[in-house]
Amino acid sequence: MTATPAIEGWFTLGDQPTLLGERCTSCATTYFPPTAAAAGFCRNPACEGEDFESVPLSRRGTVWSYTDAQYQPPPPYQAPEPFVPFALAAVELPEGMVVLGQVAQGYGTTDLRVGAEVELVVETEHATDQLIWRWKPVVELGEEADQ
Amino acid sequence: MSTPTSQVRIAGVGMHPWGKWGRPFVQYGVHAAREALKDAGIPWTDVDLVVGGETVRNGYAGYVAGSTFAQALGWNGARIATSYAACATGAQALDTARARILAGMSDVALVVGADTTPKGFLAPNAGERWEDPDWLRFRLLGMTNPAYFAMYARRRMDLYGATSEDFAQVKVKNARHGLSNPYARYRKEVAVQDVLGSAVVSDPLHLLDICATSDGAAAVILVSEDYAQRIGLSDAVRVAAVSTVTPTFPNTVLDMPMLSTDAGTPGDRTFKQSIGAAAYDEAGVGPEDVDVAEVYDLSTALELDWMEDLGLCKEGEAESLLRAGDTTIGGRIPVNPSGGLACFGEAVPAQALAQVCELTWQLRGEAGERQVEGARVGITANQGLFGHGSSVLLTR
Repeated sequence: MTATPAIEGWFTLGDQPTLLGERCTSCATTYFPPTAAAAGFCRNPACEGEDFESVPLSRRGTVWSYTDAQYQPPPPYQAPEPFVPFALAAVELPEGMVVLGQVAQGYGTTDLRVGAEVELVVETEHATDQLIWRWKPVVELGEEADQ
Repeated sequence: MSTPTSQVRIAGVGMHPWGKWGRPFVQYGVHAAREALKDAGIPWTDVDLVVGGETVRNGYAGYVAGSTFAQALGWNGARIATSYAACATGAQALDTARARILAGMSDVALVVGADTTPKGFLAPNAGERWEDPDWLRFRLLGMTNPAYFAMYARRRMDLYGATSEDFAQVKVKNARHGLSNPYARYRKEVAVQDVLGSAVVSDPLHLLDICATSDGAAAVILVSEDYAQRIGLSDAVRVAAVSTVTPTFPNTVLDMPMLSTDAGTPGDRTFKQSIGAAAYDEAGVGPEDVDVAEVYDLSTALELDWMEDLGLCKEGEAESLLRAGDTTIGGRIPVNPSGGLACFGEAVPAQALAQVCELTWQLRGEAGERQVEGARVGITANQGLFGHGSSVLLTR
């Protein structure tokens, strides 16, 4: 089976997936989602750069905030029947940006707190066979044994 | 930027009651405009500028709202403009009218916004739009508006020790404030247990923490200083500032409907802090001068964020003010005496104007049972999708 990403070019697959950002070759500002090259301009007001290179973003970051969806979101969200609630996290990366994502399968808001460490994973969407990036809580070794 | 030397005054305000009436938005807008004209004692034929707040859910008539309202009131040859700035639409419309008056190119301007809204979550426009963040956040993440509100709320809990009871108390307060407001959609006392007992939409927010969407309309008549003197309104409420600032790069605080923030080192002020700061600068007053505030409580917790962003208290202290009753009518700095969005539900192009209507009544001393005694300075705060700041500062 070769599952395809829900959106092309935003993240890599494999054991150690990463989000793919774009870095301006003039001012080194990094962007995610990687839509700057297609747009053709850098959004830094002090830069007129038009060229960008693809860069993998840090796989780990800290939780800026988190929540969940207990009611079914409207389309174009692809909801399973019956609807299954899921958690969402906004994660601060060392690059200095916050990136939203759903939270990995099997984890909910009680597994998260502001400042906690999370890691990027790629999983299958709730109601399609396409792949999507998600944030997974990093459980320290010792703590795992306690649970 | 400097403070304008001449004055723009509010000659009249009017509203159509908020609700789920299901009628064309034009009817609400015309009703509100006529109420405002009546309140001002100004004939429609004197209006030389109509600025309409655009509604994006009501077809072409909504896209050309300025024209739609001008035609509905009866073509009188006035200039027209239409503004769209999402939730900040009303402030931008007001700003356009005020600027034209300050430039000496208008004497009497009607600013009006009205909406007819669908039920449920606000969803993106139809079609496959892979380059539109507002579409992508639903498609890829299932990220609704309440999910953003919930993230801001959760930060207050984890960083400042806010509780679900605190958030519920905002609803309780605003429900009480709105009890006697004839324009409010919900006029009923709410108990903390009602909020906590309602379904969780996005943890930690319950259904009663989140505002509904409503039909409604609000209108404001702005006049030049000369015109105000001619008709004996020289002490009418003054528009001391309209802030429609945008963010500065890098904007590192997550904003609806984006999937990420800019990268980089944040500046001295967040975007939301800069909105109120620009209003204070322009008006030449400070947060300590404010007697009453109308802030955008899309969720209960957002009211607490806005209090801090407007400098009414320090970061992390909004819950203390709430618990002490400071933000209740009769307290030190009443917030949302109208009842806020908690009692109204959001009618997007009308809402920022509704805030101005309320403050006008408050500063005139005409707010009846919800009057904030002796109010002389009032400020509104609000933010529209895609970087639209909105703050209006009124003085008497």
